[in-house]
Amino acid sequence: MAPPEAVPQAPEAAVSTASAVLEARSVSKRFPGVVALDDVGFSLRAGETHALVGENGAGKSTLIKVLTGVYRPDGGELRMSGEPVRFARPFEAQQVGISTIYQEVNLVPLMSVARNIFLGREPRNRLGLIDFTRMHRETGELLDGFGVRVDPRRPLHTLGVGTQQMVALARAVSVNAQVVIMDEPTSSLEPREVETLFRVIERLRGQGIAVLYVSHRMDELYRICDRVTVLRDGRHIHTGDLAGLDRMQLVSMMLGRDLSEVRRSGVTNFAAEGHEAARTPVLTATGLSSRLQLHDISVSLYAGEVLGLGGLLGSGRSETAKALSGALPLDAGELTVDGTTLKRLTPAAAIRAGISLLPEDRKAEGIVPGLSVRENIVLAAMPRLSRAGVVSRAKQDRIVDIFMKRLRIKASSPEQKVGELSGGNQQKVLLARWLCLEPKVLLLDEPTRGIDVGAKAEVQSLIDDLAREGLAVLLISSDIEELIEGADRIVVLRGGAVAGELSGDDVAEDRLLAVLADHAPEPVDRAPAAQEDPR
Amino acid sequence: MTQTAVAPPAKGGTPRKPVSPLARLRDPAWYQRYGVYVAVAVVLLFNALFTEHFMTADNFRTQLVQVAPIVIVALGMALVIGTEGVDLSVGSTMALAAAFLPLYLGYGLIPALLVALLAGAVVGAVNGALVSLVGLQPIVATLALFVGGRGLALVMADGQLKQIVNPDLLSLGTGSFLGVPLVVWIAGVLAVAVAFLVQRTTFGRQVVAVGGNRSAAALAGLPVKRILIGVYVICGVLAALAGILATARLTASDPSSLGTLMELSAITAVVVGGTPLNGGSVRVLGTVAGALLMQLLRATLVKHDLPDSTAQIAQAAIIIAAVYVARERRSR
Amino acid sequence: MNETKPLPTAPAPVPPAAPAARPAGAEQTGRQRAAELLQRQGVLAVLLAVVIAASFIYPTFASLDNARGVTIQASFLAVVALGMTMVIITGGIDLSVGSVFALGGVLAAWASQYGFLAALLLPLVVCGGIGLLNGFLIARGNMAPFIVTLATLLGARGLLLALTDEGATTYLVPKDSAFGELGQGSVWGFGYPIIIALVLFGAGGLVLQRTSFGQTLFAVGGSSDAATLMGLPVARTKILVYTLSGLLAGLAGALNAARLSSGVTIVGVGMELDAIAAVVIGGTLLVGGAGSISGTLWGVLLLAVIQNLINQIGSLNSSYQSVVSGGFLIVVVVAQRYLARSRRST
Repeated sequence: MAPPEAVPQAPEAAVSTASAVLEARSVSKRFPGVVALDDVGFSLRAGETHALVGENGAGKSTLIKVLTGVYRPDGGELRMSGEPVRFARPFEAQQVGISTIYQEVNLVPLMSVARNIFLGREPRNRLGLIDFTRMHRETGELLDGFGVRVDPRRPLHTLGVGTQQMVALARAVSVNAQVVIMDEPTSSLEPREVETLFRVIERLRGQGIAVLYVSHRMDELYRICDRVTVLRDGRHIHTGDLAGLDRMQLVSMMLGRDLSEVRRSGVTNFAAEGHEAARTPVLTATGLSSRLQLHDISVSLYAGEVLGLGGLLGSGRSETAKALSGALPLDAGELTVDGTTLKRLTPAAAIRAGISLLPEDRKAEGIVPGLSVRENIVLAAMPRLSRAGVVSRAKQDRIVDIFMKRLRIKASSPEQKVGELSGGNQQKVLLARWLCLEPKVLLLDEPTRGIDVGAKAEVQSLIDDLAREGLAVLLISSDIEELIEGADRIVVLRGGAVAGELSGDDVAEDRLLAVLADHAPEPVDRAPAAQEDPR
Repeated sequence: MTQTAVAPPAKGGTPRKPVSPLARLRDPAWYQRYGVYVAVAVVLLFNALFTEHFMTADNFRTQLVQVAPIVIVALGMALVIGTEGVDLSVGSTMALAAAFLPLYLGYGLIPALLVALLAGAVVGAVNGALVSLVGLQPIVATLALFVGGRGLALVMADGQLKQIVNPDLLSLGTGSFLGVPLVVWIAGVLAVAVAFLVQRTTFGRQVVAVGGNRSAAALAGLPVKRILIGVYVICGVLAALAGILATARLTASDPSSLGTLMELSAITAVVVGGTPLNGGSVRVLGTVAGALLMQLLRATLVKHDLPDSTAQIAQAAIIIAAVYVARERRSR
Repeated sequence: MNETKPLPTAPAPVPPAAPAARPAGAEQTGRQRAAELLQRQGVLAVLLAVVIAASFIYPTFASLDNARGVTIQASFLAVVALGMTMVIITGGIDLSVGSVFALGGVLAAWASQYGFLAALLLPLVVCGGIGLLNGFLIARGNMAPFIVTLATLLGARGLLLALTDEGATTYLVPKDSAFGELGQGSVWGFGYPIIIALVLFGAGGLVLQRTSFGQTLFAVGGSSDAATLMGLPVARTKILVYTLSGLLAGLAGALNAARLSSGVTIVGVGMELDAIAAVVIGGTLLVGGAGSISGTLWGVLLLAVIQNLINQIGSLNSSYQSVVSGGFLIVVVVAQRYLARSRRST
């Protein structure tokens, strides 16, 4: 099956077998119509932090699922401390010491913190019944070690995402793990929580525990990882020390293109110069308030500009975008589009007024996976493309054709199900859905999260083009570089209120951080919203 | 699913093997779509070979008349299931419509029919409101009217069976046009209408989108609540119509037993017809074929002197088989 | 949407007993607590209110005899609903229990001629087997519980008809047999089935709250994916819970047959929906992941009391019973929905 293509391996990868705690030898995994892993070899040393990188579809998640017993490989073998192992299910992988924490917290939201940590291995009393006193005490001790203080009895869903991730980590480590696999662990953490996570990783390293770290964020990789393995199109491309590897080299290996082909030297694909914004705002929001989420937020968007919305997780960024698109019930506030105030605030009314929102959660709020690319693109525009309630295929096909070409959506045909596309192409389909409405205002909530580097660059230059064509764009991104390079102006939110605004030369990383830092919460206060509360 | 070569070098494309035509026959998805037609054909073939007096016009007329009310209810059920819902109250709605008929026949046939259909619409509207406005799960929302609806019908009819003597209403049950019974015509026309609704109208496509991903549909500005209420109202009206037709054929309004277990027959027809229970797709023709398959199967077993118990067990097996090919497949 | 605010992760002195995630005033927390209490124990409150009111209005209602009658009626549904509660907590549903209940009764009545043990074991083995089949198809076949158990609803009914010559034969439990005593005997006038039901509920509560199996039920219902990734035996747990539901439905059927001295074929039609109604009224979420055994007990009793009251009123057409039950179901679930919403929105 595997073409004997040259697989460049750094020399130390070959000798590493001796100290390898977990090793995959020419592992293959096929799905109907797709070879997800093709003869991949990989090894993890005790006590190292090993980065696993690649574009979406490179086989990272498949490899992780093979290593954790979710998938069974079609070929090749796994070795744990030199001994061949086979996992029939995740439990068996955990038993030999492989723990995993996932991008989305994979715990049970309705159950308490302690129950989550001890699920499946609860301490028993003499009668064989669960000993809750001991369970709660041990949970407290365990979480203390991570610098997290939380009542073990609290239902998990009442905690912040970051804390939930810490609980997941505590569970993963507490099962006597030799290997901890982290799949995009920081994607929902805020900077301080990332620091805590890194401290925990340092400690694991000290204990000789190997960490396999998957992330799209280059900064993090270079900060904490010792070695890196690159996958591309299901094949092993490179394993070696990260220290000697230049970022551009790494990116070019991931993309499979020459250095010269990778556009620009900047990290993002935004043009260096800003945009020419109009004088009068196209969208004005005044006094948007929603109990405990937004407090008197006022923003204006001008045609032809990219307005960044900055702030930490939980600052009300996504809520503001939702409010601007009529999707968040408001207690007070109004929206004015081109001088006309919207009477009813619903997504339908906002869309009619020319406001479109690309939501943060692509899977849950964006795509309809079972419908075709065509139907997903025309979903919002359908009433406009039909007469007397009967849809017109000809009109749909014309629109779909235009946007598939313009956004370079890669699908076998417009009739392919969206659920079968890669993340980047799904995101482009969603962009097409909104662009075909010819909106005046485009609200983009994390438009490049979780999509591969190539698609990311395309989306970034698209945003540039759209603003140049006169669209008003609101950009939310947790990637600070993307925000700084993409936005002409940045409104910073904190605790559901506007904390500051940067424009002109102030749109720079240090200025942004300064605004964020100025308003850093007191350590004792766990309620940023309460601070802003007038009462 | 072959990746067509796109002009710029494929950056994010995963290598994919082309699917051979023969492999398609081994693909469970194929059976989910077309298995029901194959099964109907097999049952017909079996009967043509081994059953006397089966492939006759008379027999087909009987079978079609019997299956018509199930088809009508199942059409509405298919729409509801397409939105990831289910309507348990259809049998009770049939009884309710039947109970209203004799009460208003005194004002003429048309008013009586309208009142009965309106009753169905009201039941549907309540179901739809509970699902969309209150946010209840469809099973619970429609369970309430499943329990209460028949009780209401019995209360209104004083728990009694009433003979129907209105000749116009009776002719609805017994009359025929071009040699085909009226009820079959009605079911057929409705099937075509619902198929058109699903495939070609904005409402139909929005129903499927709401079933496929409700939050996405809402954020795309679709009137999700209106769509859900509309679907349950259509289902209620169709159930009421089935109740009227069944009453006309029975020549009596029997609210205590009319339509019992109809919800199961209708759900079975929809599922056997290849509509997935988790929404996002509606197969109208498959639903008709599903109802037909269950009907023909029962008739076949009866003709071969096999008791009802066998028919039920066979139905159970077919449901399992249908869901087995439709199940979500995990690859490991 | 649900972007909760994060906690400081630095060693910050955080009061560990924070009552709610979101910063809310004390007044709101109180309301939240009240809502939570109402959601959990609301059924019990309604049950008590109805019982107290009815006792004043209808003196016959408050009699010990009537209490015996209501509880024995409720005991069979209670046993079925116990299994249903556990199934629903895993996010599933078991529509086959009504048919299995009837089948259990017929099997027990038939086997009672071979003695007590046979009369008890045969229905348990067969009905447990049907539950096992349900669980196997759902967990290993990865099929929707709703439709699988719909099929076994039909299949079990078919089996029952085949056993009784299409419903023409009714098997009788021999007079004065030990098995008959199981259904008809009593302690202080309270029938054995009541006591059996109570014992089973006690055991069920313990299993649910204090064993790994119980925790796994909640985990599977709360997030099946997470449970799998945590290495919990998801498939095994599902198979076990449907088997348990089949066993309990069969046992309830056998007890019912013992009480009626015969295996009546027409019982149990629609019982699955009564059981679901009782479970839902008892506060268990149909989506899974949350629920309680005690709530189900109150739910079953509430349905039985309503039925009894309509009989007490006498002048009312008995059809009103289903109207009231249906109306009541709507009121309860709508109220629950709003309570849950008010808890979450603060």
